[in-house]
Amino acid sequence: MRYLPHTPEEIQEMLGVVGVESLDQLFLSIPPSCRRQSDLNLPEALSEWALDERMDRLAARTAVAPEVKVFLGAGSYDHFIPAAVDALAGRSEFLTAYTPYQPEISQGTLQAIYEYQTLACHLMGTEVATASHYDGATALAEALLMAIRKTDRRRVAVSRLIHPHYRQVVATYLHPAGYEIVELPYRSDGTTDLSAVAGEGDLAAVALQSPNFFGCIEDLAAGAATAHGVGAMLVAGFTEALAYGLLKSPASQGAEIVAGEGQSLGLARSFGGPGLGMLGTRQVHMRSLPGRLVGKTVDQEGRQGFVLTLATREQHIRRERATSNICTNNSHCALRAVMYMAALGKTGFRELAVLNHDKAAYLKQALAAAGHRIPFSRATFNEFVVDFGASFEPVYRRLQEAGIVAGLPLARYYPELEGGYLLCATETASRQDLDRLVKEVSR
Amino acid sequence: MRAPLGTTGLILNEPLLWERGRPGRRGASLPAADVPPSPMDPELCGDGPDFPDLSEVDLVRHFTRLSTWNYGVDTGFYPLGSCTMKYNPKTHERQAALKGFAAAHPLLPAPLCQGALQLIWELERDLAAITGMDAVSLQPAAGAHGELTGMLVIHAHHQHQGHQRSKIIIPDTAHGTNPASAALCGYRPVAVASGPEGVLEPSAIAAVMDEETAGIMVTNPNTLGLFETHIREIAAIVHDKGGLVYADGANLNAVMGIVDMGAIGVDVIHLNLHKTFATPHGGGGPGSGPICVRRRLEPYLPVPRVAKAGERFHLEADRPLSIGRMGAFHGHFGVMVKAYSYIRSMGADGLRRASELAVLNANYVKERLKKDFHLAYDRPCMHECVFSDADQAPFKVTTLDMAKRLMDYGFHPPTIYFPLVVHGAIMIEPTETESKADLDCFVAAMQAIAEEARTEPETVHSAPHRTKVRRLDEVLAARKPCLIG
Repeated sequence: MRYLPHTPEEIQEMLGVVGVESLDQLFLSIPPSCRRQSDLNLPEALSEWALDERMDRLAARTAVAPEVKVFLGAGSYDHFIPAAVDALAGRSEFLTAYTPYQPEISQGTLQAIYEYQTLACHLMGTEVATASHYDGATALAEALLMAIRKTDRRRVAVSRLIHPHYRQVVATYLHPAGYEIVELPYRSDGTTDLSAVAGEGDLAAVALQSPNFFGCIEDLAAGAATAHGVGAMLVAGFTEALAYGLLKSPASQGAEIVAGEGQSLGLARSFGGPGLGMLGTRQVHMRSLPGRLVGKTVDQEGRQGFVLTLATREQHIRRERATSNICTNNSHCALRAVMYMAALGKTGFRELAVLNHDKAAYLKQALAAAGHRIPFSRATFNEFVVDFGASFEPVYRRLQEAGIVAGLPLARYYPELEGGYLLCATETASRQDLDRLVKEVSR
Repeated sequence: MRAPLGTTGLILNEPLLWERGRPGRRGASLPAADVPPSPMDPELCGDGPDFPDLSEVDLVRHFTRLSTWNYGVDTGFYPLGSCTMKYNPKTHERQAALKGFAAAHPLLPAPLCQGALQLIWELERDLAAITGMDAVSLQPAAGAHGELTGMLVIHAHHQHQGHQRSKIIIPDTAHGTNPASAALCGYRPVAVASGPEGVLEPSAIAAVMDEETAGIMVTNPNTLGLFETHIREIAAIVHDKGGLVYADGANLNAVMGIVDMGAIGVDVIHLNLHKTFATPHGGGGPGSGPICVRRRLEPYLPVPRVAKAGERFHLEADRPLSIGRMGAFHGHFGVMVKAYSYIRSMGADGLRRASELAVLNANYVKERLKKDFHLAYDRPCMHECVFSDADQAPFKVTTLDMAKRLMDYGFHPPTIYFPLVVHGAIMIEPTETESKADLDCFVAAMQAIAEEARTEPETVHSAPHRTKVRRLDEVLAARKPCLIG
């Protein structure tokens, strides 16, 4: 096996040093009753070339562009990724390093994550940001747990327009400790109905997502005012980070904690993971943050350097009283994100956001012109809901076979939206693709 | 005699990203706008984030220089105990980058993502075979996330039995994540000390196990690198009182093809694909922390589950006893592709051989170094061994000093000051992918440092000398936090 360097002679020599006669004898401390009785039942080992063939075959059984046009967003977005990001992130000094516990030989990772934290703050409008979480859903759950700790209250209000999967993750995280979740309904314009908050006492947080699951842009400032009115924190989530190339940042509108998904920032969709959980807050809440942080310092000769810091919040020091159990996070995804943000720059990021908005707006207008109802009037970014009618399902399936995925059927998450589909158009969809989609769904 | 590994060389300084930028530069190409502009309500618009503008060349120089300040497995020996920093095969990167995997949307209708679903389904069964367990969930994103998932499964099981419990037994050799994960489920950790042999004594478990205790979290082999020889008896004690046995599988690399976790009484075990299954650690993740359970716990596993009907795969979400969802989609699929590639490349014999050689390497290093360093438990070890700085204490040289000095010799330091039960611990896990020659080189460096500790302790105290930066002021970093530039 090409990963195992030992020759038979070396094995003999090493066994001699250890003082045993065979590899088997190394395992004598394991009682016979604990030993396996048979060999592992696994498929035959493959050569590198046979593995390529097998993986090529498996990969070919998944529908991707350009053969299939996929108009799906809903938490995972199709964006171009510059080759420079792949090449730089693929450098093995980054890829094959451990968590930077030894800063003297990890300055590359540490400075890059410090730079990521900085650009993530620019994006979210926060004063601090963590080094990363697993994904937008777990970041949101951790943000709500943080609000619960900060306010010493046990109930949170969560908008029904937060990604349904994210709400499920929040429920899983909050259930065992008995924290209560109040669901906020939505209004006819496609934004959250905040009127229910006033009647709810004792809320730790109000959680909104913007753009929300329907693609609509929430009024976060109103959300903040409402939350603060009952002594709760506003936790603002997002699934499409690129929207903040165009929109006011969540923290600038009064969100105390911002938690979202950074997959759009140079990460492949990769069937949903790994993504990038982004989490930020204000300076005053810094010591309550879950997860790792990188900080700037100096070495003994006064040179600038970076270290993991504020570790007393973390599990390996504070154990059961830690702010989170997270250890390994998604550092390499944050590294890709900072490379991507830097590749686009302020100018490019803005232009790309505008282009995404324009593509989706074009599609929305074209569908409306073709006679399809757009149920929610609120402004959207790069995805929106269209009502294709209750009899659309056979058309959807026909299109699927013809190589078009015409959005996400919403009825499985919102039974009242029978015939509602969530469509997404990014910079990767050409006008020709969009025109074809309109023509096909309107036949 | 080979030239010493660690040396000095030209390293380039590099400013912070935003010190390079010039407004108006662009490092990425955008597609042409082929649709008319559509104005957005100015009330909703902000100024956009203040990112630096760089050219592609700026970007490439910046991150290439940063990368040279890092030490990776591809650079050299990385003997971090309990972290299993083995070689990460290059073919894994090819497979994960295949368009059919990398570009796949997680919400594709099942008929359009058969390849991805099949890979998940097969990897679950491979991991079940390797551990001897019955069912697997690949949803957890990392080891601690797997622990949390496992704890939630145990919590759900007790809930379903009609009596929730309040405590969980955690030995003093546990990873720090264990108590933190248990606490998220509302369980209070009950600490148990390991016995004089470095393993748990059944009597110590029997003394604390009761019907208010949800179970035990045990790492096996433990963090001293020792197999928990009484595990079956301990499992029986816990099961007798209605508890469950959770195994932290971070150290599975010692026992693939050798121990059947199901047969020794484990009910739930998490694995770290980024340790045992050779996926890269990425400077701190992404990892993947699947959990494997016995049949009776399968109903509690996270949803959705991949199921197979005939030759077709689909997702099942309607499972009323499930703990729910642990992540936005299916877990770290990109990492799963790499672990699957590893298992298929190694096969049953290869995996067993990997464990055998990992244990051989650890015992070899232990024997070679035990004259120069104090060995906390002098008995045959599994995949890692734990020394301490007791022999260097008279010269006022600490574990930290020696770890830093190792960098000058060209090695990544071992895990230090863990496990907590060994004062000044130096925990070495060589893994199977290191050759005898490389181990000999490491042993020689350790011996040289032991000699320096006796003859020129100041050199060791003030190490590292050859790194880009020297020891950093961590107190300053924590006292006056500067987290963004």
